[in-house]
Amino acid sequence: MTGSRGPIAVAMSGGVDSSVVAGMLHARGETVVGLTMQLWNQRRLPQLSGTRAPGDRPTGRCCSIEDVYDARHVAQSLGIPYYVVNFEQRFEDQVVKPFIGEYLAGRTPIPCTLCNNFIKFDQFLEMAEGVGASRIATGHYARIDFNPASRRWELRRGVDHTKDQTYFLFGLTQDQLSRALFPLGGMQKPEVRALARQLQIPTADKPDSQEICFVPNGDYAAFIDAYFDEQGTGRQDLAGELVTSDGQVVGEHTGVHHFTVGQRRGLGIAAAEPLYVISTEPATRRVMIGRKDDLLRSKMHVNQVNWISIAPPSEPVRAEVKIRNKHAAAPAEIIPAADAGRVEIVFDDPQRAVTPGQGAVFYSGDLVLGGGWIE
Amino acid sequence: MQRFYFDHNATTPVSPEVLQAMMPVLADVYGNASSIHHFGQAARKRLDDARRQTAALVGATPEEIVFTSGGTESDNLALLGLAGIQTDRDAHAITTTVEHPAVLASASQIASATYVPVDSQGLVDPDDIRRALRPNTRIISVIHANNELGTIQPIKEIARIAQDAGVAFHSDGVQAAGKLGVDVKALGVTMYSIAGHKLYAPKGIGALFVRKDTPLDPILYGGNHERGRRAGTENVPGAVALGRAAQWMTERANEESRRMEILRRRLEESILDRIPGVRVNGAGAPRVSNTSNLRFQGIDSEPLLIALDLRGFAVSSGSACSSGSTEPSHVLSAIGLTKEQARSSLRISLGRSNTVAQVDDLVNALVQCVAHLRKLAPAYA
Repeated sequence: MTGSRGPIAVAMSGGVDSSVVAGMLHARGETVVGLTMQLWNQRRLPQLSGTRAPGDRPTGRCCSIEDVYDARHVAQSLGIPYYVVNFEQRFEDQVVKPFIGEYLAGRTPIPCTLCNNFIKFDQFLEMAEGVGASRIATGHYARIDFNPASRRWELRRGVDHTKDQTYFLFGLTQDQLSRALFPLGGMQKPEVRALARQLQIPTADKPDSQEICFVPNGDYAAFIDAYFDEQGTGRQDLAGELVTSDGQVVGEHTGVHHFTVGQRRGLGIAAAEPLYVISTEPATRRVMIGRKDDLLRSKMHVNQVNWISIAPPSEPVRAEVKIRNKHAAAPAEIIPAADAGRVEIVFDDPQRAVTPGQGAVFYSGDLVLGGGWIE
Repeated sequence: MQRFYFDHNATTPVSPEVLQAMMPVLADVYGNASSIHHFGQAARKRLDDARRQTAALVGATPEEIVFTSGGTESDNLALLGLAGIQTDRDAHAITTTVEHPAVLASASQIASATYVPVDSQGLVDPDDIRRALRPNTRIISVIHANNELGTIQPIKEIARIAQDAGVAFHSDGVQAAGKLGVDVKALGVTMYSIAGHKLYAPKGIGALFVRKDTPLDPILYGGNHERGRRAGTENVPGAVALGRAAQWMTERANEESRRMEILRRRLEESILDRIPGVRVNGAGAPRVSNTSNLRFQGIDSEPLLIALDLRGFAVSSGSACSSGSTEPSHVLSAIGLTKEQARSSLRISLGRSNTVAQVDDLVNALVQCVAHLRKLAPAYA
């Protein structure tokens, strides 16, 4: 059966998931166009490339020559048209710079969400439409359905909860959801790999990508320093003091951007009980530290809320709220605030390490009600 | 799907007569052209014939032709092979801002280089070259016909300046040979690069004209091939192909060029007539007749190029050598286009296979694709 709605543009990263998406849709008889987004020039910031044995593939790096090679190889083996599209400028402006800005402002950003909001489901969608594909497909583990009763596109967790990526998709609008396909949402990862082999996809056994794609080895502080060096702005002096909740200065640090709420390692202080970062204060360059229980919060505010599966509520809503990707969503009440797009979240039980800059995503079971940014 | 090829400045298909000339050589003439025996002599004969044919295309004598692996190597040899230039700490080169990367990157290997700008149509002012001369200037290199715009530079005038100053003058003729009647003696150049795959011969063969008595050292070291100017066992099938392609061009270049001129006029007039907000980049300068560089206001050429390809039309958004780069074309920047203007430019380069009907089909596809993209980008009024 040939798709009735015209060609589908598949965002191909060179990894197994998006390769399987291209293969599945192609096997189903859809007209598929493979597009790889060139987001970051890996020749930049060479000081970060580190040392690796010859032949070792770098991990957690987007847009490497190897990834483009793999995506092209998959497209060639499927016999689908394939192109690399260059979004480097947009990626730097909309993802990399805000990512750095957030760290310097003492928050802990999630670039993947920015990338979804401003690149994959914005510029990529636009590019797809420009080349004649009104729909896009990606390898996200999430499900999209249209609810005829509410007339809304609903977003659900991927069936494989260990791979579920809805935490990063809370910014999607109804229009974006109506034009996106997540063919892997109903599959378990092992099934995806098995299908990759069955479809004879060359990257079937490629390891999963990890970490933030443009930051090698997950060392974001080194990335930020290297970026400032490249820009010639010089590294900002962000050194300051480590301070306990009773105001006692117990040490010094080399920069607030090295710390995130809940962090335990790297404090460099010997203490009777484990110490954690409780908060960072960029204005004073102070990093507040304390005991594990000092991290508990029962309330938080969330802004720029995007409601997905339900219309924006005027009354409080019960939901399970996830405050970071690996967090088990916790029962809470979501209370609309006076200012538009802002809510207050009151957890049934206090939660550890509520981190400004991270996303808060509201679930009802598998259904994603919406989400926003933690203040 | 029927596919039409409009990217002849990137490369050309191998023509039937070239293939016919080359195939028996690939199959049977396997001797090393430097060998003494019969097999070597058979190969040598083919190589010598090819050298005469190639020389005739540009009005050179056979001894003045050095076979290379292509345009890039020819440019490298011209700029970096000039005797002693690589070790001369005072050496100075003059080139322009619209050269092929092979010239720009080679010039950057010389101790110092001046990059002379061009005007809004892509033309170099010979007086600017004159003003850039220094006592230590060793070489001037100016592209004959630009690969992106087709602009034909005033090579003769620049050659006179070089002669007066006693400086070697190289011209990259990769996009000019076969499109223009080229006579290196009349032009007055010291060296001139050509590439087989822009002339309907295969990739991997090119040539450099080197005027008699020009002191040239090899840049590849090895045997004493090509009169000591280019080491490496001769690529006889490639040379035969280039020779045959050169012969065809020598006989037919004028006729073919006039045919291209008619096709291009039809292409540009139809587009300007049917699509609002289009400019022809570099239209105010003399251009080789196959090249058209068009700017579609408010359009990003990246999706336009892909949309056209999905409909079977192969065009280019600039030089194939810099595709995938986020930086705008250095040539389009050099003629003063903004980043956005450069990004909205498309190159159509015609060739032997193109017909009036194909050009009309391309124009129809462009009309539809541009309208679609402008509908999506409401910024365009």
